[in-house]
Amino acid sequence: MNPKYRPYYPRWYRKRIPIFWWLQKRSHAAFIGRELTAVFVAYAAIMLVVLVLAMDRGQAAFAEMMDWLGTPAVVAAHVLVLCILLFHTITWLNLAPMAIVVKLGDRKVPAAAVLIGHYAAWVACTGGVAWLLIWR
Amino acid sequence: MADTLTKPETVTLEVFRYRPELESEPTFDSFEVPYHPEWMILDALNYIKDDLDGSLSYRWACRMGVCGSCGMLANGQPVLTCATYLESLLPGPIRIEPLEGFPVIRDLVGDIGDFMGKLSEVKAWLIRDEEKPVEEGEYLQTPSQLDDYKQYSMCINCMLCYSACPIYRLEPEFIGPAAIALAQRYNMDSRDEGAEQRMDVLSQHHGIWDCTLVGECTEVCPKNVDPAGAIQRYKVSATMDYFKSLLMPGSSS
Repeated sequence: MNPKYRPYYPRWYRKRIPIFWWLQKRSHAAFIGRELTAVFVAYAAIMLVVLVLAMDRGQAAFAEMMDWLGTPAVVAAHVLVLCILLFHTITWLNLAPMAIVVKLGDRKVPAAAVLIGHYAAWVACTGGVAWLLIWR
Repeated sequence: MADTLTKPETVTLEVFRYRPELESEPTFDSFEVPYHPEWMILDALNYIKDDLDGSLSYRWACRMGVCGSCGMLANGQPVLTCATYLESLLPGPIRIEPLEGFPVIRDLVGDIGDFMGKLSEVKAWLIRDEEKPVEEGEYLQTPSQLDDYKQYSMCINCMLCYSACPIYRLEPEFIGPAAIALAQRYNMDSRDEGAEQRMDVLSQHHGIWDCTLVGECTEVCPKNVDPAGAIQRYKVSATMDYFKSLLMPGSSS
């Protein structure tokens, strides 16, 4: 017999899960809301690739791209995207000590140190990309 | 003094009823129980059973937050009914339901066979490649080694975490928070040698990767086990093992 098989008891009551189950509890709605911010992370990653491709196509293509990025509507939209990305990043980094427990010998590295390490890596990566895009 | 004056004499409990021989859908019965500040929800249920309706079915045993059998939903929140004061849910009515995620057999009694099967699947016990003879004595452990897994060993199998986990409700194949935390309890035990055997179950899609870190399991855990943390730690170690096996094929993790 398939070990995964479970007998079906027709008289047991099984609660149906509504499609909008995540609206029934505030914490679940907040969770789904945060998950949806991942769409904007994907958008930002694609935007970065598009920028790099524009650089590759030459100065004129890059200038055209920068002109589009400078239009008020795009700037406003990207400020909003930046806020969403900051929310996603900060809430994600804050979870790092839960997943990463570092031991040096018999002593546990404090959660704050793990957190600071992640923020430092974030700042370093952001600085590297900024240097590449702005000052190079 | 003013505080005692405002306390009610009775509290209303709206209790989930499901009697398969009588009804195909559950209903709620209302019971007025006397209010005592020292009473837990379980005391109120016992009062109903003893004095109002002897047909009410529910599980309980130790009455001191150790056996893990009296978990239910109180106003939608998974709690141990022996450790939750009526007072904390005043003024009422207090709605009592069975834990979510488990099929209901009768009233407040759910079927926990699925969880018991998963405990076996993850081999939540000490595994040794070779047992040493008893004459050689016990397996010694330092306080630091004990500290590595002690938090996870506090799990009492109350299944509040399963009830709180929306993923388990949506995908019952998910191994689930407590079983994974208990697997981690043994993986991190210096006396255990069964991590590779558990890996097959834990690293599959319905193991750790089904978890999207909602975090509710950790919120409701009455013993501060932090199952969400255990799962995330296992994700990190499984990922590192995967890359190690790519870089150093043939090496044992």
